[in-house]
Amino acid sequence: MATGKPAAAHRDWLGLKKEPPPRRRFALAVLSFVLPLALWSAISYVPWLWHPLVRITSAGDVEYFSTGMEVPRANFERENQKAAAEKTDPAQGYRVNPPYLPPPHAVARAFVTAFQTPPRLPGEPWLYQSLGHSIRTILWGFIASSILGVPLGILSGAYRLFSWIQEPFIEFFRYLPAPAFAALCVAVLGIYDPPKIAIIFIGTFFQQVLVIANTVRRVDPTFVEAAQTLGASGPSLLWRVVIPAAVVEIYADMRILLGWAWTYLIVAEVVGTMSGITYFINQQARYRNFPNVYAAIAMIGIIGLSTDFALAWLGRWFFPWKRASRRVAKPTGLQRVRRPKGVPTREVKAA
Amino acid sequence: MTPPELTPPQVPLRDLVPDYRELSPEVAARFAHLRERPVILSIRGLEKSFGHGGSAARALQDMSFDVHRREFVCIVGPSGCGKSTLVRIVAGLDEATGGAVLLDGQEVTGPGPDRGMVFQGYTLFPWLTVRRNVMFGLRERGQPPRAAEATAQRWLEMVGLEGFADAYPHELSGGMKQRVAIARALANQPRILIMDEPFGALDAQTRAQMQSYLLQIWKNVEVTILFITHDLDEAAYLSDRVVVMGANPGRVVETIENPVPRPRRPDQFISRSFLSLKRRLTELIQPHDEAEDAGTLPISKLTDAADTVE
Repeated sequence: MATGKPAAAHRDWLGLKKEPPPRRRFALAVLSFVLPLALWSAISYVPWLWHPLVRITSAGDVEYFSTGMEVPRANFERENQKAAAEKTDPAQGYRVNPPYLPPPHAVARAFVTAFQTPPRLPGEPWLYQSLGHSIRTILWGFIASSILGVPLGILSGAYRLFSWIQEPFIEFFRYLPAPAFAALCVAVLGIYDPPKIAIIFIGTFFQQVLVIANTVRRVDPTFVEAAQTLGASGPSLLWRVVIPAAVVEIYADMRILLGWAWTYLIVAEVVGTMSGITYFINQQARYRNFPNVYAAIAMIGIIGLSTDFALAWLGRWFFPWKRASRRVAKPTGLQRVRRPKGVPTREVKAA
Repeated sequence: MTPPELTPPQVPLRDLVPDYRELSPEVAARFAHLRERPVILSIRGLEKSFGHGGSAARALQDMSFDVHRREFVCIVGPSGCGKSTLVRIVAGLDEATGGAVLLDGQEVTGPGPDRGMVFQGYTLFPWLTVRRNVMFGLRERGQPPRAAEATAQRWLEMVGLEGFADAYPHELSGGMKQRVAIARALANQPRILIMDEPFGALDAQTRAQMQSYLLQIWKNVEVTILFITHDLDEAAYLSDRVVVMGANPGRVVETIENPVPRPRRPDQFISRSFLSLKRRLTELIQPHDEAEDAGTLPISKLTDAADTVE
């Protein structure tokens, strides 16, 4: 160890028992993005890594080569050996990666250009319109599912009656893959947005009821008992004890479920008329504009991750009692108006 | 203050301390006065068994005792004797399979605010501030927010935590949480306060502090206390009477009138009357032969255990 460090400096670098300090945590989090990016860059920019194709710059005397053509390296070498044997002019070219693996800078550029490029066909949506369409589809599907799923889940978790009358069927139904209902949804709801929203609903709802029911069931029963000995009963136990006791966990469940809703998006968007970001990705792939394809896929991730971050941040704001610190954290938003006071936590001396 | 007779270890303790039934005149007068007060809680032939038919396990068998107004009754017993089952039935959280629990002569059928309860675990609602925790029962009973807030403030002052009214429970220490729990239960002005090993999770120092807090509160508030503990010192220090329970099935073995005079002080822990009660409780809870076996595990000395340590 470095001599300047105190002897007690812990060496739990792997973090078996302790969380690393915040700065190292942040560095590791950044690294988790940098490492895959570095791998991708290496494959893209180091010429002798992979690069299985050769782009022809001069065809020489090889008959079926032409300038700009990309051929497998083995073919290129075979033809040039043949040319050397026959003493004809060999072809020239440099190694490239296949078009479906564009280098990072091309994808980065596509993040901007994709928004600026007008659609090729008249009546086609711009990228931002496609994205907006996707977000709308997700949101409606998720909202519809939550309006029904959250109350049912809470009832199911709180009362055995509701649990037994709905969960066995839901357990069965959740194994039916949502895409299996695609044809039905189109037949019933048409070819535009409703069947897509329905797919997201089917994919989310059944899981939602079960997940939330389980969360509510985990509420410590002594909270309910304590409330009963204080005179609470009936619906008041649900509203004033069970729901507040579970609300933080329910909120966390909702964040995870929203992530699941996104995974059904692509399936939902190929149902009926293809729409949204899926349509954009498909069109761009058809035009062999692969940087745009990657950019669009990455955008889904960015939207998902930033929504989750925003929700996590909002959660700190909604549930002040869940803050880890023993002192109340810096007030945010509404709490500036209604702030709980920070308190010292030493035991008060007997009077 | 150590009684000099205690120092020679050869003399058995039982010859040095008086009989636990010997009450000083003041204590005897106190009990005579106490017995004249009305009965608040009456346990009548209480039975509880789990399971059905032949395989049913009896947790409680024919338990009967009374608690008078303003009395402090402790229930002690070996682990598994059904202390918790008993209080849960009294609180209305479990149902008895026989007998009855009468509160002011009315049979108890379910949980209610007339029987306040302080649990061993911390059951403050973590989503409510300390003030709102104390207000919970009051609001539940329909008190308007302003009035409930004022009442809560008074009870927080009573337990010395008015400065923490806006804190959340996770910001408090264990002892403070239990004080809030006591305030929360008392704010409802229950007929009886049931405490199920409330200080069991606290360290020895905090526990001693809480015991004297509780005595202070009890002195100043019109409340009857039914206190469950497995700590014999705690029972002897706090109680007016001790109900000793036996296990398999849970039953009342003896109800003892505490010979230690009030007001209680920590230095009474080595008084003769305290030790006489403690000795009796120990005898009842750990019968003599069992007490000797209990600490002995069938371990033979290992060959590489070189030095004799005892």
